[in-house]
Amino acid sequence: MSEYENLLDDPMVLRELIMDHYKYPHNHSLVDDMRYRRAHMSSESCIDDITVQADIEDGVIKDIRFDGVACTISTASTSIMSDLLKGKTVEEASDLINEYMNMVDGKEYDAAKLEEAVAMKNVYRQANRIKCATIGWNAMKQMIAESEGEQ
Amino acid sequence: MIDVQAIRKDFPFFEANPDLVYFDNGATTLKPQCVIDAVTSFYTRHTSNVHRGDYAIAAENDRLYDGARSSFAKLLNCSPKEIVFTHNATASMNQIAYGLAHGFLKKGDVILTTEAEHASNLLPWFRLKEDYGIEVRYLPMDAQANLDLKAAETCFTPEVKAVAAALVTNVLGSILPVKELAAMAHKHGALFIADGAQAVPHMKIDVQDLDIDFLAFSAHKMCGPDGVGILYGKYDLLERMEPVFMGGDMNARFQKACTYELKHAPTKFEAGTPNIEGVIGAAAACDYLMQIGLDEIHAYEKELRAYFLEKLSALENIVIYNPDNEYGPLAFNDREVFSQDAAGYLAAKNIAVRSGNHCAKILHEIIGTDSTIRASLYFYNTKEEVDRCVKVCSEISLENAVGIFF
Repeated sequence: MSEYENLLDDPMVLRELIMDHYKYPHNHSLVDDMRYRRAHMSSESCIDDITVQADIEDGVIKDIRFDGVACTISTASTSIMSDLLKGKTVEEASDLINEYMNMVDGKEYDAAKLEEAVAMKNVYRQANRIKCATIGWNAMKQMIAESEGEQ
Repeated sequence: MIDVQAIRKDFPFFEANPDLVYFDNGATTLKPQCVIDAVTSFYTRHTSNVHRGDYAIAAENDRLYDGARSSFAKLLNCSPKEIVFTHNATASMNQIAYGLAHGFLKKGDVILTTEAEHASNLLPWFRLKEDYGIEVRYLPMDAQANLDLKAAETCFTPEVKAVAAALVTNVLGSILPVKELAAMAHKHGALFIADGAQAVPHMKIDVQDLDIDFLAFSAHKMCGPDGVGILYGKYDLLERMEPVFMGGDMNARFQKACTYELKHAPTKFEAGTPNIEGVIGAAAACDYLMQIGLDEIHAYEKELRAYFLEKLSALENIVIYNPDNEYGPLAFNDREVFSQDAAGYLAAKNIAVRSGNHCAKILHEIIGTDSTIRASLYFYNTKEEVDRCVKVCSEISLENAVGIFF
């Protein structure tokens, strides 16, 4: 294990990571730009109401933005997702989304690929929070599917 | 006064969950053994359909099912034939809305309601607006969802034909000045419709004294089974009203030429096989509450709520949205932590509460926050449970809320 992987195995580090992404979310503002597609996620749960934007061009995710009212897990998981998937091809992103979904469902997954997103690895223990941990990821999945449908 | 320790012995839930503090009674309530027994006896002893069988257990079943109306009639001080069984408070409210749209109201008429209502007392009216051009307007309320009666009077224009409001609101627990508002509605020629889901289980509601035209509530919020709603209506209004559902048991006869004749109320509103065991269990719950006494239940809960408020108010990290309301749930938040995260921490410490907007999605217009933690009590809760809850509330922090996942 590398030092980085060791760090991502430390519960205290993972907790700090979630808190940090919640207090200071990355990519946390929407842009008024026609190139971005948009997914408004509010129907999954009573509380969370977030919008995710993605600029997908030539099969590459050039940028991801998000904003809205959401809990710690929703905000942090979406913030981490925006960092991880930005710059990836849609194939790479789809693969990472699959790995992530496996993790939050309590199935086998490749921790090394998911980097900081492993902070969400225990969310499956609180079944009602799985939708929080997947809201932003599902938004991204939806936008990738839309972008592929248009080609 | 209520002997809460004796009462808790009636609820097998406490034995099964000895460490859990259940403060989510606004969502649903626990079931005493007598209700469980009433439901299971249908399965073990008198399984049969209602109003159809010619054999002895069917007759017993009919007696219990129709007898359930008498229990609720006693609870509400009305006639048994004014009690309709539906599938939940929402179904009752939809029946009322549908019924009003077919024969009572016309395009341009106005329904007055409030911004503190649960979805079940708003969306049925929104649909009337969409489908029939019936307008929806809101009565003025203060920041703790208390009605301003004087200002309410100015809302009664000639087009107002009905007022629909919760007797006790589900998030803030504000109590409607129901007698005054019903009288005001009647003075202006409008019907008065009450959502009693958060009121009937907790206090004596006398429909004649209050002069309520229609009342909707559910059994599961008053120690009864799920899947049973009660619709009270003044008999002449029920007789005038069209049922939502058409089918078996509710018709008197029908012919090939698509003509039919319906039975009288309440049967005409109960198409198809009803939730028989649920209704029988609901009657057992109703009898159980009356045996304890609705006034006693109300007094006990009020005192417990005051104790809870006093303790919770002392916490610096907590903001309470309805401190001045004497009754009902406490709606609060930690100043730093999102409601669902805080409720998750409480859950990890065995305190069951609800977080979110509690199906009152326009209430934020009044209280200025989208989501709250709601702790809702019932007569089987104790001061010791309040102490435990308050202690955990004092420990809510972002670190602790995220810490539950590690």
